[in-house]
Amino acid sequence: MRTLTARKAFLKSLPVMGGYVVLGMGFGILAHNAGYGMPWVLAMSLLIYAGSMQYVGIGLLQGGASVLITAVTTVMVNARHLFYSISMIGRYKDTGKYKPYLIFALTDETYSLLCDGKAPEGTDPDLFCFLVSLFNHCWWVTGSLAGALLGGVLPFSTAGIEFSMTALFIASFTEQWITMKDHLPALTGLFSTLACLLAFGPERFLIPAMLVITLVLTLLRNRTAAGREAAS
Amino acid sequence: MSTASHSAVLVTVMSAVTVLLRFLPFLVFRKKIPAYITYLGRVLPPAIIGMLVIYCLKDTAVTAAPFGAPELIAGALVVALQAWKRNALLSILSGTAVYMLLIQLVF
Repeated sequence: MRTLTARKAFLKSLPVMGGYVVLGMGFGILAHNAGYGMPWVLAMSLLIYAGSMQYVGIGLLQGGASVLITAVTTVMVNARHLFYSISMIGRYKDTGKYKPYLIFALTDETYSLLCDGKAPEGTDPDLFCFLVSLFNHCWWVTGSLAGALLGGVLPFSTAGIEFSMTALFIASFTEQWITMKDHLPALTGLFSTLACLLAFGPERFLIPAMLVITLVLTLLRNRTAAGREAAS
Repeated sequence: MSTASHSAVLVTVMSAVTVLLRFLPFLVFRKKIPAYITYLGRVLPPAIIGMLVIYCLKDTAVTAAPFGAPELIAGALVVALQAWKRNALLSILSGTAVYMLLIQLVF
Protein backbone atom coordinates (compact mmCIF):
# COMPACT_ATOMS: atom_id res chain seq x y z
CA MET A 1 0.00 0.00 0.00
CA ARG A 2 2.88 2.36 0.74
CA THR A 3 4.35 1.85 -2.73
CA LEU A 4 0.98 2.45 -4.37
CA THR A 5 0.43 5.55 -2.23
CA ALA A 6 3.88 6.88 -3.17
CA ARG A 7 3.28 6.23 -6.87
CA LYS A 8 -0.15 7.90 -6.82
CA ALA A 9 1.23 10.88 -4.88
CA PHE A 10 4.10 11.25 -7.35
CA LEU A 11 1.69 11.25 -10.31
CA LYS A 12 -0.58 13.74 -8.55
CA SER A 13 2.35 16.12 -8.01
CA LEU A 14 3.57 16.04 -11.63
CA PRO A 15 1.55 19.03 -12.93
CA VAL A 16 2.94 21.09 -10.05
CA MET A 17 6.46 19.85 -10.80
CA GLY A 18 6.45 21.72 -14.11
CA GLY A 19 5.21 24.93 -12.56
CA TYR A 20 7.45 24.78 -9.53
CA VAL A 21 10.60 23.99 -11.46
CA VAL A 22 9.96 26.92 -13.82
CA LEU A 23 8.85 29.40 -11.15
CA GLY A 24 11.54 28.14 -8.79
CA MET A 25 14.16 28.71 -11.48
CA GLY A 26 12.76 32.19 -12.04
CA PHE A 27 13.18 32.86 -8.33
CA GLY A 28 16.68 31.36 -8.27
CA ILE A 29 17.81 33.48 -11.23
CA LEU A 30 16.28 36.63 -9.73
CA ALA A 31 17.99 35.95 -6.38
CA HIS A 32 21.30 35.23 -8.10
CA ASN A 33 21.07 38.45 -10.12
CA ALA A 34 20.35 40.37 -6.90
CA GLY A 35 23.51 38.96 -5.31
CA TYR A 36 21.91 36.20 -3.24
CA GLY A 37 23.47 32.85 -4.17
CA MET A 38 22.77 29.18 -3.48
CA PRO A 39 22.79 29.19 0.37
CA TRP A 40 20.22 32.02 0.43
CA VAL A 41 18.09 30.41 -2.23
CA LEU A 42 18.17 27.05 -0.41
CA ALA A 43 17.28 28.63 2.95
CA MET A 44 14.41 30.67 1.49
CA SER A 45 12.89 27.85 -0.55
CA LEU A 46 13.21 25.39 2.31
CA LEU A 47 12.02 27.62 5.16
CA ILE A 48 9.66 30.20 3.63
CA TYR A 49 8.30 27.98 0.85
CA ALA A 50 5.89 30.56 -0.54
CA GLY A 51 6.61 31.48 -4.14
CA SER A 52 5.22 34.99 -4.46
CA MET A 53 6.58 35.96 -1.04
CA GLN A 54 10.06 34.82 -2.05
CA TYR A 55 9.92 36.95 -5.21
CA VAL A 56 8.80 39.93 -3.14
CA GLY A 57 11.34 38.98 -0.46
CA ILE A 58 14.28 39.42 -2.83
CA GLY A 59 13.20 43.05 -3.24
CA LEU A 60 13.02 43.46 0.54
CA LEU A 61 16.47 41.94 1.04
CA GLN A 62 17.97 44.04 -1.71
CA GLY A 63 16.48 47.25 -0.34
CA GLY A 64 17.49 46.42 3.24
CA ALA A 65 13.91 46.68 4.47
CA SER A 66 13.17 46.92 8.19
CA VAL A 67 11.95 43.94 10.23
CA LEU A 68 8.54 45.59 10.67
CA ILE A 69 8.02 46.27 6.95
CA THR A 70 9.15 42.73 6.18
CA ALA A 71 6.70 41.24 8.69
CA VAL A 72 3.77 43.39 7.50
CA THR A 73 4.50 42.67 3.85
CA THR A 74 4.66 38.93 4.58
CA VAL A 75 1.27 39.11 6.31
CA MET A 76 -0.23 40.98 3.35
CA VAL A 77 1.21 38.78 0.62
CA ASN A 78 0.52 35.52 2.48
CA ALA A 79 -2.75 36.35 4.23
CA ARG A 80 -4.56 34.12 1.76
CA HIS A 81 -2.88 31.12 3.44
CA LEU A 82 -5.11 31.76 6.46
CA PHE A 83 -8.03 30.83 4.27
CA TYR A 84 -6.39 27.75 2.79
CA SER A 85 -5.77 26.57 6.35
CA ILE A 86 -9.34 27.36 7.41
CA SER A 87 -10.75 25.21 4.65
CA MET A 88 -8.37 22.31 5.51
CA ILE A 89 -9.12 22.22 9.25
CA GLY A 90 -11.59 19.39 8.78
CA ARG A 91 -9.45 17.36 6.38
CA TYR A 92 -6.21 17.61 8.40
CA LYS A 93 -7.87 17.15 11.79
CA ASP A 94 -6.77 13.56 12.48
CA THR A 95 -3.58 13.30 10.46
CA GLY A 96 -1.40 12.69 13.54
CA LYS A 97 2.33 12.82 12.99
CA TYR A 98 1.93 14.23 9.46
CA LYS A 99 -0.10 17.23 10.63
CA PRO A 100 2.66 19.80 11.36
CA TYR A 101 4.33 19.26 7.99
CA LEU A 102 1.00 19.18 6.12
CA ILE A 103 0.15 22.60 7.57
CA PHE A 104 3.64 24.00 6.98
CA ALA A 105 3.63 22.92 3.33
CA LEU A 106 0.14 24.20 2.44
CA THR A 107 1.10 26.39 -0.54
CA ASP A 108 -1.29 27.66 -3.24
CA GLU A 109 -0.44 24.74 -5.53
CA THR A 110 -0.51 22.03 -2.84
CA TYR A 111 -3.84 23.42 -1.64
CA SER A 112 -5.22 23.28 -5.18
CA LEU A 113 -4.20 19.60 -5.46
CA LEU A 114 -5.50 18.49 -2.05
CA CYS A 115 -8.48 20.76 -1.33
CA ASP A 116 -11.04 18.34 -2.80
CA GLY A 117 -10.13 16.03 0.11
CA LYS A 118 -10.04 12.91 -2.08
CA ALA A 119 -7.25 10.34 -2.10
CA PRO A 120 -7.03 7.61 -4.77
CA GLU A 121 -8.56 4.25 -3.91
CA GLY A 122 -6.30 1.80 -2.08
CA THR A 123 -3.94 4.45 -0.74
CA ASP A 124 -3.30 5.64 2.80
CA PRO A 125 -5.04 9.07 2.58
CA ASP A 126 -2.88 10.81 5.19
CA LEU A 127 0.38 9.46 3.76
CA PHE A 128 -0.90 10.46 0.31
CA CYS A 129 -1.41 14.10 1.36
CA PHE A 130 1.97 14.07 3.12
CA LEU A 131 3.82 12.76 0.06
CA VAL A 132 2.10 15.13 -2.39
CA SER A 133 3.14 18.01 -0.09
CA LEU A 134 6.68 16.65 0.20
CA PHE A 135 7.12 16.06 -3.55
CA ASN A 136 5.92 19.61 -4.27
CA HIS A 137 8.38 21.00 -1.73
CA CYS A 138 11.18 19.01 -3.43
CA TRP A 139 10.26 20.39 -6.88
CA TRP A 140 10.30 23.92 -5.52
CA VAL A 141 13.71 23.56 -3.85
CA THR A 142 15.19 21.77 -6.89
CA GLY A 143 13.91 24.40 -9.31
CA SER A 144 15.15 27.33 -7.28
CA LEU A 145 18.61 25.78 -6.76
CA ALA A 146 18.85 25.08 -10.49
CA GLY A 147 17.96 28.73 -11.14
CA ALA A 148 20.63 29.98 -8.74
CA LEU A 149 23.17 27.64 -10.37
CA LEU A 150 22.26 28.54 -13.95
CA GLY A 151 21.68 32.24 -13.27
CA GLY A 152 25.29 33.12 -13.98
CA VAL A 153 25.93 30.88 -16.96
CA LEU A 154 22.80 31.11 -19.10
CA PRO A 155 23.80 32.14 -22.63
CA PHE A 156 20.89 34.59 -22.94
CA SER A 157 19.65 37.58 -21.00
CA THR A 158 17.12 36.76 -18.30
CA ALA A 159 15.66 40.29 -18.20
CA GLY A 160 11.91 39.97 -17.85
CA ILE A 161 11.98 36.56 -16.08
CA GLU A 162 10.10 38.21 -13.19
CA PHE A 163 7.01 38.25 -15.41
CA SER A 164 6.63 34.52 -14.59
CA MET A 165 5.05 35.54 -11.26
CA THR A 166 2.65 37.96 -12.98
CA ALA A 167 1.80 35.24 -15.50
CA LEU A 168 1.16 32.77 -12.67
CA PHE A 169 -1.38 35.04 -11.05
CA ILE A 170 -3.04 36.00 -14.35
CA ALA A 171 -3.37 32.29 -15.20
CA SER A 172 -4.87 31.49 -11.75
CA PHE A 173 -7.21 34.47 -12.06
CA THR A 174 -8.38 33.30 -15.49
CA GLU A 175 -8.81 29.71 -14.31
CA GLN A 176 -10.86 30.79 -11.29
CA TRP A 177 -12.91 33.10 -13.50
CA ILE A 178 -13.80 30.14 -15.74
CA THR A 179 -14.58 27.70 -12.94
CA MET A 180 -16.48 30.05 -10.60
CA LYS A 181 -19.96 31.18 -11.47
CA ASP A 182 -19.90 34.21 -9.18
CA HIS A 183 -17.41 36.81 -10.42
CA LEU A 184 -18.15 39.39 -7.74
CA PRO A 185 -15.26 38.38 -5.40
CA ALA A 186 -12.70 38.39 -8.23
CA LEU A 187 -13.90 41.78 -9.50
CA THR A 188 -13.88 43.16 -5.96
CA GLY A 189 -10.22 42.16 -5.60
CA LEU A 190 -9.23 43.62 -8.95
CA PHE A 191 -11.00 46.97 -8.70
CA SER A 192 -10.51 47.64 -4.98
CA THR A 193 -6.77 47.13 -5.47
CA LEU A 194 -6.68 49.29 -8.59
CA ALA A 195 -8.51 52.08 -6.75
CA CYS A 196 -6.10 51.83 -3.80
CA LEU A 197 -3.10 51.84 -6.15
CA LEU A 198 -4.33 55.09 -7.71
CA ALA A 199 -5.21 56.62 -4.34
CA PHE A 200 -2.17 55.57 -2.26
CA GLY A 201 0.59 55.00 -4.83
CA PRO A 202 2.66 51.88 -5.59
CA GLU A 203 4.54 51.83 -2.24
CA ARG A 204 1.65 51.96 0.20
CA PHE A 205 -1.48 50.52 -1.40
CA LEU A 206 -1.33 46.85 -0.34
CA ILE A 207 -2.60 47.22 3.24
CA PRO A 208 -5.48 49.59 2.32
CA ALA A 209 -6.36 47.22 -0.52
CA MET A 210 -6.63 44.22 1.84
CA LEU A 211 -8.86 46.25 4.18
CA VAL A 212 -11.09 47.56 1.38
CA ILE A 213 -11.44 44.06 -0.11
CA THR A 214 -12.46 42.58 3.25
CA LEU A 215 -14.87 45.45 3.88
CA VAL A 216 -16.50 45.28 0.43
CA LEU A 217 -16.86 41.49 0.59
CA THR A 218 -18.40 41.80 4.06
CA LEU A 219 -20.91 44.38 2.77
CA LEU A 220 -21.65 42.18 -0.26
CA ARG A 221 -22.25 39.14 1.88
CA ASN A 222 -25.89 38.84 0.88
CA ARG A 223 -25.19 39.44 -2.80
CA THR A 224 -22.46 36.86 -3.45
CA ALA A 225 -23.33 33.24 -4.22
CA ALA A 226 -21.22 32.01 -1.27
CA GLY A 227 -22.97 34.40 1.11
CA ARG A 228 -26.45 33.47 -0.10
CA GLU A 229 -25.67 29.75 0.21
CA ALA A 230 -24.48 30.21 3.78
CA ALA A 231 -27.63 32.16 4.65
CA SER A 232 -30.07 29.66 3.17
CA MET B 1 21.84 45.38 -0.65
CA SER B 2 21.78 44.91 3.12
CA THR B 3 24.37 43.12 5.24
CA ALA B 4 24.34 39.32 5.44
CA SER B 5 23.22 39.31 9.07
CA HIS B 6 20.32 41.69 8.42
CA SER B 7 19.32 39.60 5.40
CA ALA B 8 19.37 36.48 7.58
CA VAL B 9 17.07 38.21 10.08
CA LEU B 10 14.66 39.17 7.27
CA VAL B 11 14.59 35.60 5.89
CA THR B 12 13.83 34.34 9.40
CA VAL B 13 11.02 36.89 9.79
CA MET B 14 9.50 35.95 6.41
CA SER B 15 9.67 32.26 7.33
CA ALA B 16 8.23 32.71 10.84
CA VAL B 17 5.34 34.93 9.70
CA THR B 18 4.46 32.56 6.83
CA VAL B 19 4.49 29.54 9.17
CA LEU B 20 2.41 31.44 11.73
CA LEU B 21 -0.21 32.35 9.11
CA ARG B 22 -0.51 28.73 8.01
CA PHE B 23 -0.83 27.40 11.58
CA LEU B 24 -3.02 30.13 13.09
CA PRO B 25 -6.45 28.88 11.93
CA PHE B 26 -5.64 25.38 13.19
CA LEU B 27 -4.78 26.84 16.60
CA VAL B 28 -7.69 29.31 16.82
CA PHE B 29 -10.61 27.34 15.36
CA ARG B 30 -10.22 24.02 17.13
CA LYS B 31 -13.91 23.34 17.41
CA LYS B 32 -16.35 25.38 15.34
CA ILE B 33 -15.52 27.81 12.54
CA PRO B 34 -17.75 30.95 12.60
CA ALA B 35 -19.97 31.33 9.50
CA TYR B 36 -18.38 34.69 8.67
CA ILE B 37 -14.89 33.14 8.54
CA THR B 38 -16.14 30.30 6.33
CA TYR B 39 -17.68 32.91 4.04
CA LEU B 40 -14.40 34.85 3.84
CA GLY B 41 -12.59 31.57 3.19
CA ARG B 42 -14.67 31.12 0.06
CA VAL B 43 -14.70 34.64 -1.38
CA LEU B 44 -11.22 35.89 -0.43
CA PRO B 45 -9.06 33.55 -2.57
CA PRO B 46 -10.30 34.88 -5.95
CA ALA B 47 -10.22 38.47 -4.63
CA ILE B 48 -6.64 38.06 -3.38
CA ILE B 49 -5.51 36.62 -6.72
CA GLY B 50 -7.00 39.72 -8.36
CA MET B 51 -5.10 41.86 -5.87
CA LEU B 52 -1.83 40.04 -6.62
CA VAL B 53 -2.29 40.58 -10.37
CA ILE B 54 -2.48 44.34 -9.76
CA TYR B 55 0.40 44.11 -7.28
CA CYS B 56 2.64 42.52 -9.93
CA LEU B 57 1.75 45.23 -12.44
CA LYS B 58 2.06 48.14 -10.01
CA ASP B 59 5.30 49.50 -11.45
CA THR B 60 4.19 49.37 -15.07
CA ALA B 61 4.66 52.81 -16.63
CA VAL B 62 1.43 53.51 -18.47
CA THR B 63 2.03 57.20 -19.14
CA ALA B 64 5.36 56.85 -20.96
CA ALA B 65 6.45 54.75 -23.96
CA PRO B 66 5.85 51.86 -24.44
CA PHE B 67 2.74 52.56 -22.30
CA GLY B 68 2.68 49.11 -20.69
CA ALA B 69 2.41 47.39 -24.07
CA PRO B 70 4.69 44.41 -23.18
CA GLU B 71 2.63 43.69 -20.04
CA LEU B 72 -0.63 44.08 -21.96
CA ILE B 73 0.40 41.81 -24.83
CA ALA B 74 1.99 39.10 -22.66
CA GLY B 75 -0.86 39.31 -20.12
CA ALA B 76 -3.51 38.97 -22.83
CA LEU B 77 -1.65 35.95 -24.21
CA VAL B 78 -1.73 34.28 -20.77
CA VAL B 79 -5.49 34.90 -20.45
CA ALA B 80 -6.18 33.61 -23.97
CA LEU B 81 -4.01 30.49 -23.62
CA GLN B 82 -5.44 29.67 -20.19
CA ALA B 83 -9.02 30.06 -21.44
CA TRP B 84 -8.25 27.93 -24.47
CA LYS B 85 -5.99 25.11 -23.18
CA ARG B 86 -6.59 25.28 -19.39
CA ASN B 87 -2.91 24.40 -18.86
CA ALA B 88 -1.34 26.81 -16.34
CA LEU B 89 2.24 25.77 -17.08
CA LEU B 90 1.83 26.38 -20.82
CA SER B 91 0.21 29.79 -20.21
CA ILE B 92 2.93 30.89 -17.77
CA LEU B 93 5.86 29.71 -19.90
CA SER B 94 4.51 31.25 -23.12
CA GLY B 95 3.56 34.54 -21.45
CA THR B 96 6.97 34.87 -19.79
CA ALA B 97 8.88 33.99 -22.97
CA VAL B 98 6.89 36.52 -25.01
CA TYR B 99 7.39 39.19 -22.35
CA MET B 100 11.16 38.58 -22.28
CA LEU B 101 11.37 38.77 -26.09
CA LEU B 102 9.27 41.95 -26.14
CA ILE B 103 11.32 43.89 -23.60
CA GLN B 104 14.67 42.66 -24.89
CA LEU B 105 14.12 42.91 -28.63
CA VAL B 106 11.08 45.06 -29.46
CA PHE B 107 10.56 47.83 -26.92
